[in-house]
Amino acid sequence: MLWVRERPGENLVFRGARVVDPTEGIDAVLDVRVDDGTIVAVAERVDANEHRLVDAGGLVLAPAFVDPHVHLRTPGREDEETIASGTSAAAAGGYCAILAMPNTDPVVDSAATLGSLAATARLEAEIPVGFLAAITRGQDGEKLTEMGELADAGAAAFSDDGVPVASAGLMRRALQYASATGRILALHCEETSLSRGGHMHEGAVAAELGFAAYPSVAESVMVERDLSLAAYEEQPLHLLHLSAAESVAALRRAREGGGQASGEVTPHHLVLTDESVRSLDSNMKMNPPVRADRDRAALLDALRDGTIEAIATDHAPHARHEKDVPFEAAPFGVTGLETAFAVLYSELVEPGLLPLATLLERLSAGPARIFGIDRPRIAVGARANLVLLDLGTETRVTADGFRSRSANSWLLGRALKGRVAMTVAAGALVYE
Amino acid sequence: MTSIHLVRDDLRPPGPPPRRHLISIADLTRDDVERLLGTAHVFEGSLTRHVKKLPTLKGYLVVNLFYESSTRTSSSFELAAKRLSADTLTVKSAGSSVDKGESLKDTALTLGAYDPDVIVIRHPQIGAPQLVARETRAHVVNAGDGAHQHPTQALLDLYTLRQQLGRLEGLHVAVVGDVLHSRVARSLVQAFELVGVRCTLVGPPALLPRGLGAETTSDIDAIRDADVVYVLRMQNERMQAGANYVPSLREYTARWGITPERLRPGQKVMHPGPMNRGVEIDPRVADSPDSLVEAQVRSGLVVRMAVLYDVLTGGPTGVRALAAAEVA
Repeated sequence: MLWVRERPGENLVFRGARVVDPTEGIDAVLDVRVDDGTIVAVAERVDANEHRLVDAGGLVLAPAFVDPHVHLRTPGREDEETIASGTSAAAAGGYCAILAMPNTDPVVDSAATLGSLAATARLEAEIPVGFLAAITRGQDGEKLTEMGELADAGAAAFSDDGVPVASAGLMRRALQYASATGRILALHCEETSLSRGGHMHEGAVAAELGFAAYPSVAESVMVERDLSLAAYEEQPLHLLHLSAAESVAALRRAREGGGQASGEVTPHHLVLTDESVRSLDSNMKMNPPVRADRDRAALLDALRDGTIEAIATDHAPHARHEKDVPFEAAPFGVTGLETAFAVLYSELVEPGLLPLATLLERLSAGPARIFGIDRPRIAVGARANLVLLDLGTETRVTADGFRSRSANSWLLGRALKGRVAMTVAAGALVYE
Repeated sequence: MTSIHLVRDDLRPPGPPPRRHLISIADLTRDDVERLLGTAHVFEGSLTRHVKKLPTLKGYLVVNLFYESSTRTSSSFELAAKRLSADTLTVKSAGSSVDKGESLKDTALTLGAYDPDVIVIRHPQIGAPQLVARETRAHVVNAGDGAHQHPTQALLDLYTLRQQLGRLEGLHVAVVGDVLHSRVARSLVQAFELVGVRCTLVGPPALLPRGLGAETTSDIDAIRDADVVYVLRMQNERMQAGANYVPSLREYTARWGITPERLRPGQKVMHPGPMNRGVEIDPRVADSPDSLVEAQVRSGLVVRMAVLYDVLTGGPTGVRALAAAEVA
């Protein structure tokens, strides 16, 4: 279930946009008319009448994006992000729906906490937002949350993101019980006895720099365990922020074997490698870490062929003073909501490594399908969830240019193409 | 496709050339190393005089900022600065505001307010010297950051090797022990590569980092081929409890400890200190005439004099350093 501040539906006509909706099979220059927040015409020429006319010549109009993996830091760290600031940042990134992770303080593990978030979201969320609830109480890895009550209260899915469910026995019980709630489990796969103390990917760069290392096998053994359990229980599961080639291979095998497993990948894992850590920039520190070029290539291949269905930012805001320390002392995580499309367009689509339609699908229909969210689409009768993209204009990422309360971006200083010009979410104009 | 390299330099306004620091051996060229060793040699000559103090850095302020315990590195940096007539200020984390939770950034800003010319820093975290370089206007010398780098140690080891064996090019050094946690080993591997010393890393499998571009083996007999055996300290304080890198120190000593029986007669032995006698090095080896440990300590003083001189003066050649020394 998603919540948003109520707003009047927009009346708009987009004139002469290149309309791209891969799932609807559209890629053509068209006009799109929105009446009271609903798409009423998609045609070569529609009348504007009294509507606001948006000259979209030379721009791409696509279904707005869905991010299934965001940290809104609320409750507990509202200095880093709030529901208002995080959804505002998402609007600026072209999103029409986001899902927030439950590793807050306190953890979202009761219907009461979830209910207070929903109430706040109804007052201040700029775009629709949903909330995952924890798999275990306090994310302690020991006792299951009351998943039934949480599902009734609107939990989007269940996750202990930030920490793995260490016990295989408990993971099995979680898979069994979640099936009765109709919600999937979204899993942070990390074998902590292997990753313990690691600050970056284990490889040549860590060996040279001297960092305690977090090997790719720390992820892939846990991916293999959880896929085995899900196959045994014949239950679906979703793998969060995949980083290693071996994890991708395991996911591919599971899907080919008929398993209902899905996966997501972040922009930073698709673009960066462990070489970036040579800068010792604490904004290159994330969990899981960015890995070797072969891992990055495997993730991109899987995104292309659909093994990985979703792009998720894992938007993880951190206070400035917490990142302004030596690399080892810095917390894991980087922001991403406001730069995801631009960096993936600049680094993958423009050089010809990924078709634009595939990128748009993995940013929108893919994650929506996994989490049972209404797919944003450009079709008559659909609620308007639209993003207008200016592919040609270059903008520079600066620390003072974010709507997020935090600026721990790995892209500071970079010039990127693929600017978001306008976002319509749930029928309302939320960004331009 | 290439990965992203953040280049923030393009955002900086044009200005004077960057300050000289010594943070990693990776930042040096072979010429830099030769110049530093040459300068150290000149300073060594000055130490045989009756009055050992040179006026070279009179009026400069050198701050030693030590977040980890150290005997030889901190004492030799302090003495090096004093021999060159610089003012020195030593700050240790214990007993300072660091105990009260002050961040490295704020400590750097505080000390930076005194306008030090050089900050020598030792810190348990990788990248601490870069942070100090960013937050102050001082020249920064890395005296050891986590398991990353200890560049002055590698330079003094090159100086010692050349002095004792007469050359560097073509030498073969076996580095034995806990390579994984050793900043000395990381600096040495790069320094040896720069000057053409062949390097073999020897140790228990879990203490040899994956992916380090060097010859590695777990066979202790491999040390016999080397001209010099460089023994690393078993860093107990960096071993996480229960990490099981080795089953026990006793087993380590039995399989990788450096004993007279494992050495060829006359084979030289080095150690960066402090030694754990009876663990990684047999006391008979430590006390033998083939041990170069004391020579390393003596080299430490003159090499650190050369480093302070070099970062402050922009690195003139040994000849100009000699002229400067002659002023004394």
